[in-house]
Amino acid sequence: MDVLYFAWVRERIGLPKERIETRAATVAELVDELRAREERYAAAFADLSALRVAVDQELTDFDAPLAGAREVAFFPPMTGG
Amino acid sequence: MRVVVQEQPFDFGAEAADFAKGRDDIGAVVTFSGIVRADGAMTDMEIEHYPGMTEKALAAIAAEAQARWALGDVLVIHRFGMMRPGEQIMMVATASKHRKDAFEAAEFLMDYLKSRAPFWKKESGAGGEGWVAARDEDEAALDRW
Repeated sequence: MDVLYFAWVRERIGLPKERIETRAATVAELVDELRAREERYAAAFADLSALRVAVDQELTDFDAPLAGAREVAFFPPMTGG
Repeated sequence: MRVVVQEQPFDFGAEAADFAKGRDDIGAVVTFSGIVRADGAMTDMEIEHYPGMTEKALAAIAAEAQARWALGDVLVIHRFGMMRPGEQIMMVATASKHRKDAFEAAEFLMDYLKSRAPFWKKESGAGGEGWVAARDEDEAALDRW
């Protein structure tokens, strides 16, 4: 699936988007996989309360299932308006 | 209903005039515009967004407003990219038969798009650069709806 990062999450990880092969059943499991990869991921995902997640462009939470998901995005709380 | 996400500036006056033009079925139009405020040493603001999700999220928020209030029409314009103090970031407009619906729907739209539409602001200037943090008050503002 495609994993997208925005704002300071993108800066901390160092890329806006990547393709990831995963068997993670939930967003939280995907986060655990990413954290285990490298320090920059561990730093980006250090505090999940500072992050939001969207699965297939719908806001959801970290225990959301990933079955059939094509795109997961991680970003900080939004600041529009 | 019209939802626009664009990089280029827009003409607030022309958009507001177009929004109400030729309508005799509405008695109230409420407009709001968000402007880049000069804060401290900040000279530039960059707004990042999530193409695709942004349009969907704004359309869903506008549709929710139409479901909750008796609105003749809704307009949301939100920019992304580089902006400077004094520039218009965004606007919303609501039209209704009576003003209460238009005022309430405009506030609802603003509250929701502040913390539910995928935009992020980064300020830069002499003091460096940094992402604008979301405010607890903005999240709490959703509770009243």
